[in-house]
Amino acid sequence: MTARALINVPAKARRGEVIEIKTLIQHPMETGFRVGLNGQLIPRDIITTFVATYNGEEIFRADFSPAIAANPFVTFFTTATESGTIAFHWTGDNGFSQVEQAPITVD
Amino acid sequence: MKDAEIVGTLGISAPAHSRGSGGPVLPAKDWVPAFAGTTGLTTRRAFLGGAATLAGGVLLACAKVESARATPATMNAAIKKVIGEAPLRKGKVTIDVPPLVENGNTVPVTISVESPMTAAEHVKAIHMFNEKNPQPNVIGVKLSPRAGKAQLSTRIKLADAQKIVAVAQLSDGTFWSDDADVIVTIAACVEGLQ
Repeated sequence: MTARALINVPAKARRGEVIEIKTLIQHPMETGFRVGLNGQLIPRDIITTFVATYNGEEIFRADFSPAIAANPFVTFFTTATESGTIAFHWTGDNGFSQVEQAPITVD
Repeated sequence: MKDAEIVGTLGISAPAHSRGSGGPVLPAKDWVPAFAGTTGLTTRRAFLGGAATLAGGVLLACAKVESARATPATMNAAIKKVIGEAPLRKGKVTIDVPPLVENGNTVPVTISVESPMTAAEHVKAIHMFNEKNPQPNVIGVKLSPRAGKAQLSTRIKLADAQKIVAVAQLSDGTFWSDDADVIVTIAACVEGLQ
């Protein structure tokens, strides 16, 4: 089952322009420190790594801890260098792995 | 307020573990007529006694979690792990966080670092730490000169009113930091589901 993800990348940018990228993915980010109704600890289930690549080259990497809020939202910046795709890869506990892509046109 | 719009369009509600009332919810049994209430568990006294026991159990669970909390010392240890023996100077980094937040489950934070972001001089990494969550680490980010602007926004959980610290590693090997105090009225739940 894929989680819903929302990516905000400007469709067009001038070469060399610094663009803002916003990402949000649906995920409970269960900390592993909470006690469930049965008195047992709820096992940890978080996204641990988020990597953004621009035409295959890594531009941003984040390591999440359980202290990141549910539905992790990350905003960062990059320089628009050429037309292509920006790919976003989230990986986490229990084999969670999801890739989303956004096209960008640079002129 | 664009961020809020994003969440709105996604249709994602607040964290699934929304908090209910303060204590365990038990069916009210006070309607039992007084003359029928002298036997069995349906008496008001027995009910209150049971509720008190339950509350005690909940308190115990809290105490256990409490001892697992990070402390300023563990936060400093976590910072040391990142910076090693290098000195940590204040400046260049700015944490933008509301000083008073209502809901510790989602606290918006923006960290920005003054840097030209050129190949010769840029921010290599940004780390964030906290004092009183169960673990001291919050997020660690790797940047390159391509970023163009050393700024990062995210949303974090805070288990208590506490200090958060951001540390930036620059390409020249120096570390800079900033801290911010946040007061949280409803903490992110570490004590359990209600």
